[in-house]
Amino acid sequence: MESTGFGIISGLLAIPVIGALLLMFVPEVYDKMIKGLAIAISVVTLLVSLAILQQFRPGTYHMQLVESVPWLPSLGITYKVGIDGISIWLIVLTTLLTLLSLVFSTYIKKRVKTYFILVLLLETAMLGVFTALDMVLFYTFFEVSLVPMALMIWIWGGSNRNYASAKFFIYTFAASIFMLLGMIVIANQHAQVTGVFTFDMVQIQAAVASGKLWAGASQLQNLIFWSFTVAFMVKCPMFPFHTWLPDAHTEAPTAGSIILAGVLLKMGTYGFLRFSLPFFPEAAQLATPILMWLATIGIIYGAIVAAVQPDVKKLVAYSSVAHMGFVIYGIFSFNHMGMMGGAYQALNHGISTGALFLLIGLLYERIHTRMFADMGGLKAKMPIFAALFLLAMLSSVGLPGLNGFVGEFLAMAGAFQSAQAGFFGLTPLMPVIAGIGVILAAVYLLWMFQKVFYGPITNPQLERIKDLKPWEIALVGVFVVFMFWGGLYPNTFLKPMEISVEGARQMALNPPNFRPTWQDRNLEINDKGDLVVVSRSADQIDLYQELEVVRPGQLYGKRQRSSLLVQENSSQTKEAR
Amino acid sequence: MQSELYTIPSIDWSLVMPFIVVVITGVIGLLIEMFRPKQNNNAIVLVSLAGLAGAFALLIPQLGVTTTTTFAGMVLRDQFGVLLQLIIVAGAFLSLIFSEPYMKQRRIAHGEFYPMALWATSGAMLMVSSDNLLMIFVGLEVLSIALYCLAGLARDEQRSEEAALKYFLLGAFASAFLLYGIAFVYGITGSTSLAVFMETLARAPGINDLTVLFAITLLLVGFGFKTALVPFHQWTPDVYQGAPTNVTAFMSAVSKVAAFGAFARVLEASLPVQEFWMPALIVITILTMTVGNLAALVQKDVKRALGYSSIAHAGYVMVALLAYLQDPAKGSLGTVITYLAIYTFMTIGSFAVLSLTAVNKSEGTRYQDLYGLWNRAPLAAGCLVLFMVSLVGVPPTAGFLGKFQIFQDAMGAGLPLLAIALAINSFVSAYYYLQIVRAVFVDEEGALRVQSAPMNAGLRFALVICAVGVMPILFAPILSQGKQTVTLSKMIESGAFLQRPVASVPLNPEPGEKVEQITPSAPLSTVTGN
Repeated sequence: MESTGFGIISGLLAIPVIGALLLMFVPEVYDKMIKGLAIAISVVTLLVSLAILQQFRPGTYHMQLVESVPWLPSLGITYKVGIDGISIWLIVLTTLLTLLSLVFSTYIKKRVKTYFILVLLLETAMLGVFTALDMVLFYTFFEVSLVPMALMIWIWGGSNRNYASAKFFIYTFAASIFMLLGMIVIANQHAQVTGVFTFDMVQIQAAVASGKLWAGASQLQNLIFWSFTVAFMVKCPMFPFHTWLPDAHTEAPTAGSIILAGVLLKMGTYGFLRFSLPFFPEAAQLATPILMWLATIGIIYGAIVAAVQPDVKKLVAYSSVAHMGFVIYGIFSFNHMGMMGGAYQALNHGISTGALFLLIGLLYERIHTRMFADMGGLKAKMPIFAALFLLAMLSSVGLPGLNGFVGEFLAMAGAFQSAQAGFFGLTPLMPVIAGIGVILAAVYLLWMFQKVFYGPITNPQLERIKDLKPWEIALVGVFVVFMFWGGLYPNTFLKPMEISVEGARQMALNPPNFRPTWQDRNLEINDKGDLVVVSRSADQIDLYQELEVVRPGQLYGKRQRSSLLVQENSSQTKEAR
Repeated sequence: MQSELYTIPSIDWSLVMPFIVVVITGVIGLLIEMFRPKQNNNAIVLVSLAGLAGAFALLIPQLGVTTTTTFAGMVLRDQFGVLLQLIIVAGAFLSLIFSEPYMKQRRIAHGEFYPMALWATSGAMLMVSSDNLLMIFVGLEVLSIALYCLAGLARDEQRSEEAALKYFLLGAFASAFLLYGIAFVYGITGSTSLAVFMETLARAPGINDLTVLFAITLLLVGFGFKTALVPFHQWTPDVYQGAPTNVTAFMSAVSKVAAFGAFARVLEASLPVQEFWMPALIVITILTMTVGNLAALVQKDVKRALGYSSIAHAGYVMVALLAYLQDPAKGSLGTVITYLAIYTFMTIGSFAVLSLTAVNKSEGTRYQDLYGLWNRAPLAAGCLVLFMVSLVGVPPTAGFLGKFQIFQDAMGAGLPLLAIALAINSFVSAYYYLQIVRAVFVDEEGALRVQSAPMNAGLRFALVICAVGVMPILFAPILSQGKQTVTLSKMIESGAFLQRPVASVPLNPEPGEKVEQITPSAPLSTVTGN
């Protein structure tokens, strides 16, 4: 499975960059050509990502389509990329949202070329984050994504763009530089324990799974856990590190908002699933009550603050803070159902909030204001727009039948189960409070709808306003399709990620030596030339498929099988090929 | 009788050829200046660049050559020195190539700039290729005196004059400290050789000897001034701001690299009394980073902000150096070399872009003068953004690679405090670098009225080289080369260093492993003073 050399994922990462380079040579005056070319490139990227989706095999938590090429061998850095169930949908989401936001961006008139180049570069950075399997490579993409985004806010932003983009950049940069320090500590620790100095995430996770990496270093583990987790909390953003988000969202151009809400925030939740749980199992369990309480506060706080915003974009931004709380909720419930809900809610948030920002952007292009005071009575003038907006809003509220409901329900139910069982210091109070958050979401989102669409028309500008054009309806329609699809038949999305999410859960929950790994195989050829089982837990996929997850905290359904397996492997069974 | 006491050492001219080429090119440049047509420096520019290119070409084959000394141990050629010389020559080349159009804009196109810059370069090269304090001092003075003049190149401008005078007075003061320190070293050891100094420190009461501490303190002050460490940094912002931009570029790269090269050797020689200066230097390093970045936050002039940023970056280099000195197995001089090389490209590139803002005699380096640069000169503006991003240390630029390596060294060497201070400073510094980026993109009314000089071929060339220079992949080989650099410590470990004046036999050569051989080409009777 693992190939040395560049493959389809490298192709995926390279296409937007090559496209951006091509665009540099198109003269600024041919703006139609620039727009067309950029959209064509993002269509190709989307198709490649769908090809990857097609090649992806569900049913294993191992990394797939892994490509690795030595990059800076003297520093232990490799170019290593691959996908698993957690990242596959985020990749498709990224390519899809980039395409849609580029199509919307045909509205852009100022510095067209720079704009499209930046969006394409941003696309590569985001895809890189979701595919990187080397910590330094991950960090590289994680940080690279800041620059185009900050520049987008800076150049095409609103009146307060200066402040917003500087805050965005410095906030996230400050948090993640400590993650870099943490990465170096992990690599040093790994070198100390195993003698191999590497930033390869798969190898490091294997060392964690065997319990070697953090043996006798629980204090260090806690410290490094927080250096990673704070970086992801800022990115998410999670209360109390959310303050950059409303500013950035408000000032960003529409495409920037869509990408920011749809994909950039997911880097945080992805980081929780990719690093915080698998790399620091004990520390993650220890930190669970803190994170859950912060998420609970975030849900309520985000909802209350959103309710009083006079600016429609800011309202949606604060609603993001609340919605991302549910994602954290699911992930840190350590419950199969809850974690599935968290991972799924991350996707849904991308769809529903992306749709809301797109619709607000379409409205802004017509009336050039985002204030509620200038709106009202739009329903009569723009019936199609109102209908689509209603759908997007209800998806965000979590109406059963639409995608938002599935994610939120699973996350809360999982958290409730864990809390009922009394795991990790959780109390049933938390999901109850979070449930109030769902009600509040309905309150402020319905208010928003009321203020925008009902009542008398106060703004004379609105008298001449035109409804959506066909291509705009088609653009929003793509989102609507996914809202219904995700709500009515979520299995399409849930199934492929299920095993990987469960893998992350077991990586965090199981005792050392029972943790699964991302390694492609657990067999290795030793110096005598024999094939040896290196990790006991790695080949338990087949086992897993026969199990049902009965209740949280239980290791494996069929105890006998697993103990049998352990016994077998503890004597380092040599297997002949 | 005399000839029996002093045998004339046989001299290996290949070691000193690069300096000689640079110095002679300077002389030729001066001669051309006498006969050239009025106000036309083209011939001088061409000759100077050719001379630097020649020196570069002469240095390349010396990479990886065994460590050798000549001139009775006064000139030393080792991997460290050769790499730093390459950086110095490259830095001088890059800052000379965009100078002419800039100086024409500012009406200061004096032909003597080029010879003086070349001599300064030769001084810098000498400084990094000797382990004799006296030679280091000679190199330093050749570098500094030329720089004092260059800082005042815009002679009818008050600020430039102020810069020159300030630089001269404080620089002379610091030189005196250094010389006093050298005198103490001579008094203790009877020699100015760093090897002998180190040997003496290892044997003698060392830390309990007050004269030793006094000598080291004086040396630290002298080099602290040259490398612009807090609290000896006060001259930097004024001089950086006042001096013409091309001189600032030259100074920020060449003078810094040379000073760090010599400083590294001196510190390494003082390793036996490490417990005396290490805590002090850790504090100084943290202060240097922090003060540099905090002061840069509030500047209104880009050149001045970059002056403070150079102080901060001196702190970053110090972190790498201290990590190496603390634990030579974990840290490496390769990191120091790499960071200095990366910094050279970043800083010269930034100043090269800033040289565009000089129009009609005025300097114009306030933030407002950069407004709308993106519309007027997209290449320059794009490069400036790249350099700023690299100075912040955002991947995938070389600035990130350098910082990453420093982090790694500091963590490995057990100096997490320095690593954390560096991390905090990185994001503090992001603010003012981003302000520079922002200024480039401002396109409100008024921004369109800002003028800037037209692009020119030299600048374009310098920018492209610098932009390529901040691509990290280039530095991976340097880094691994630097990691194999045989340093003083390793030589001392093997005992080769101390025996160098007398021994000519390689020590314990292991089969299959390349061992640096110390083969002095002269009898070297002069250094055995003790």
